[in-house]
Amino acid sequence: MKKLINAPEDAVRDSLAGLALAHMDVLRVFLSPLYVVRLDAPVQGKAGVISGGGSGHEPMHGGYVGKGMLDAACPGQVFTSPTPDQIEAATLAVNGGAGVLHIVKNYSGDIMNFEMAAELCQAKGVEVRSVVVQDDVAVENSLYTAGRRGVGTTVLAEKICGAAAERRYDLPRLEALCRRVCENGRSMGMALAPCTVPAAGRPTFQLGEDEMEMGIGIHGEPGRERVPVMSAREVAERLSEAVLADLPFREGDRVIAMVNGMGGTPLMELYIVYHELARLLKGKGIAIARRLVGNYITSLEMAGCSITLLRADDEMISLWDDPVMTPGLRWGV
Amino acid sequence: MAVDRQAVLAWLESLHRVYAENRDFLTELDSAIGDADHGINMDRGFSAVKAAMDADAPPGLGPVFQTVANVLIRTVGGAAGPLYGTFFLRAAAACGEQPELTPAGVVALFQAGVEGVRQRGKAEPGDKTMLDALVPAAAAMRQELNGNGSLEQILQAGAAAAEAGMLSTIPMQARKGRASYLGPRSVGHQDPGATSAWLLVRAAAAAWLGKTE
Repeated sequence: MKKLINAPEDAVRDSLAGLALAHMDVLRVFLSPLYVVRLDAPVQGKAGVISGGGSGHEPMHGGYVGKGMLDAACPGQVFTSPTPDQIEAATLAVNGGAGVLHIVKNYSGDIMNFEMAAELCQAKGVEVRSVVVQDDVAVENSLYTAGRRGVGTTVLAEKICGAAAERRYDLPRLEALCRRVCENGRSMGMALAPCTVPAAGRPTFQLGEDEMEMGIGIHGEPGRERVPVMSAREVAERLSEAVLADLPFREGDRVIAMVNGMGGTPLMELYIVYHELARLLKGKGIAIARRLVGNYITSLEMAGCSITLLRADDEMISLWDDPVMTPGLRWGV
Repeated sequence: MAVDRQAVLAWLESLHRVYAENRDFLTELDSAIGDADHGINMDRGFSAVKAAMDADAPPGLGPVFQTVANVLIRTVGGAAGPLYGTFFLRAAAACGEQPELTPAGVVALFQAGVEGVRQRGKAEPGDKTMLDALVPAAAAMRQELNGNGSLEQILQAGAAAAEAGMLSTIPMQARKGRASYLGPRSVGHQDPGATSAWLLVRAAAAAWLGKTE
């Protein structure tokens, strides 16, 4: 294993110490329990928006803390859910008297830890609403799985709901908006190369020179299908067709599109995929209203990409355009 | 024959050793169908449990298990943290103020803990999870107790049933947890959670039989 770390067990804390120093105009990092919080929290009268999950997905979630997006983020160990004490402390720290929205990705660990934390906060009189993101179309949604994983739509939901909270949406309205975003967002990802969890020291799976993995998640877990390597055009087709068919997206829809790198993919390749995606969507009469191309929800150094499409209405697009000032997304300020 | 505080502390001490020794094995199982961190998380959690017990082990059985629960919930993360944390929370409640556990108390502890895991995880046997080891273990222990089995017979039956349950996960297709995302590709792999659960039961048998023999 070759990594720019000091020691595997220190990687998460060392990285957050750097985040705090680099972005001291936006956020602070509390070490015990561990959470990232915007500098001016709690904002009185504003509903708080927090998220969290395993580390290794940077800039998500700590990099999305700041005005116009998350009030706080709870980082777990690499690919491991944060613990209830972290989530409870973060929730109490951002509660400005209007309650707190938890945006939770659908993983058994995240669900259970956020659930325990919400129970603890409610016992202290803080109103908590939770919305679960489950947008990965690679997972069949049935009684026979833990449900779909939460992936790319999380980033879009955090941006849109953060803006809405800034506009002083109350908690029920914020929760309803977040559910609408989640219901209209779909994603799918693929990998060309696996990643190595620092504490494990070995790649999470093996891929041959001529193989790629379709339908991967964001935790280095293998996907549903191993196939021979294809061109960017074919990959964009496979991913976008699965995403489009699922909602389904229709001619005339407007979308916020994200072509996301998994951490080890050159931006050059992501733009190639975006070009293919834009061409495909144009052919289907679907308009890209807004877009992100880059590394937004990663899986350490995994090579590959994911495509997220969100069927957006005027309200979502307007909220998308609102100012945001975080390490990972910054515009309009 | 009874399980006292000293025996419980010996169990916790041995769990620290067992999860350290099996850290790479559990992580390897997890890398096949999960996210390759189960051994790391269990080792971190039970190292923290050992540190807490070395520093200041509470006086009674209930408070000891309560502390174990709090430490695991705080340090393990993932799904295993809340699940094993809930196991020990329920164990603490089952012990109450008893200074030591009779064979019936031991069975009650495991049954309460296993029921807690089932409720927290919303899983059932057959889903390819910890419960595939834990549910048969608790049932086998209950059966030995009902047949007037000794503590030794109860613990050995529990450990054997946990092992068989763990092995039964190999041909299963996962329906809960991250392994479920693999669909049919999860078949043919032993579940890491069922494996760490077997280690938990086996360590109790080893620690308490060593004590009471």
